[in-house]
Amino acid sequence: MFSVATRALRRPAMARTFLAAGSSASVHTLPDLPYPYNALEPYISEEIMTLHHKKHHQTYVTGLNAAEEAYAKSTSVKEQITLQAALKFNGGGHINHSLFWKNLAPAAHDGGKLDNGPLKSAIERDFGSVEEFKKTFNAKTAAIQGSGWGWVGYNAATKKLEIVTTANQDPLTTHTPIIGVDIWEHAFYLQYKNVKPDYLNAIWNVINFKEAEKRLAEVAK
Amino acid sequence: MSNTLPALPYAYNALEPYISEQIMTLHHTKHHQTYVNALNAAEASYAKAQSPKERIALQAALKFNGGGHINHSLFWKNLAPSPDKGGSGGQLKAGALKDAIDRDFGGLDNLKKEFNAATLGIQGSGWGWVGQNPTTKRLEIVTTANQDPLLSHTPIIGVDIWEHAFYLQYLNVKPDYLNAIWNVINFEEAEKRLL
Repeated sequence: MFSVATRALRRPAMARTFLAAGSSASVHTLPDLPYPYNALEPYISEEIMTLHHKKHHQTYVTGLNAAEEAYAKSTSVKEQITLQAALKFNGGGHINHSLFWKNLAPAAHDGGKLDNGPLKSAIERDFGSVEEFKKTFNAKTAAIQGSGWGWVGYNAATKKLEIVTTANQDPLTTHTPIIGVDIWEHAFYLQYKNVKPDYLNAIWNVINFKEAEKRLAEVAK
Repeated sequence: MSNTLPALPYAYNALEPYISEQIMTLHHTKHHQTYVNALNAAEASYAKAQSPKERIALQAALKFNGGGHINHSLFWKNLAPSPDKGGSGGQLKAGALKDAIDRDFGGLDNLKKEFNAATLGIQGSGWGWVGQNPTTKRLEIVTTANQDPLLSHTPIIGVDIWEHAFYLQYLNVKPDYLNAIWNVINFEEAEKRLL
């Protein structure tokens, strides 16, 4: 269930050899964007992509490393529990954004293109049509009361695609993440202001359905 | 009874340069208005509901939109233009509020420091509050998530830390917003709220 998420977080082997003796903390790093900062224009602006990646995601990485270091040094259960919120928030932020960059793609590189195949078939089977699927996804994601994420997730028990939301930076753990969309205001506000539906309609033009199909293939054997 | 969007007590540009006219306009005419509209819709549905299950199903909408309406209504009133714009924003005069801040925080500077740190620590959307503890009557810093209203304390000062409250002007740099907003906090209104 975590295979996609943990692959995104694979630590460079070199980092371990430089850690202080006795330290079991890992060093997470900001993954590169798979495309230039302006590549998702006009659907997501260069300004947003730059801030979102270099500031917001970087802050989660930095915060996660600090929380893990503190956790490794902690000497009581109480201390460990106190650190849980920071691990969840920053760890979730790192997981979620790492998945996000990969499930976006420039229109010029098949962003928004859903070819015939297992993913399209699953969407039609579980939602009736691609249009109905997008409509339902957008409605549920827009309805989040606060910050959070909209997900298309694979339910291993029912073997179906389902639309799920998570609050704040909670990672999706009940389903395998297939597609994630950030609905925190920083993800769209500079460009779309309060008009969330415009952002949600636009982002379908840069959803990387090929990456989504890969994620589905890994679990829906 | 229909809820309505309260008018701002000042012009949309009156809190410049600390909070931009663009933010104030969107925040009031779009965000707060949306909470008012949705609250009225939720209350209308609630009045028509015919079972506990229906009523419970509406609780989230009432809490979110009702809280949004309450919180923003308090917010506009606890902001005021700064003196060079003809207001009392940022000015804490001698009196009951100043005494309470000195007693409970050791002074305004320390209140700002602790308030900003607590508000920055919110993991998601929410509000930072200076609240008065109804039992001890002491001022305490409290945070609420999303649009949850402050129920455990009397709200004295509220600061919106949802990204829509600052992002267009301060981008990701929340500390700059929190430092700036103290210049337009309406301490006179805050003092009126003390028990």
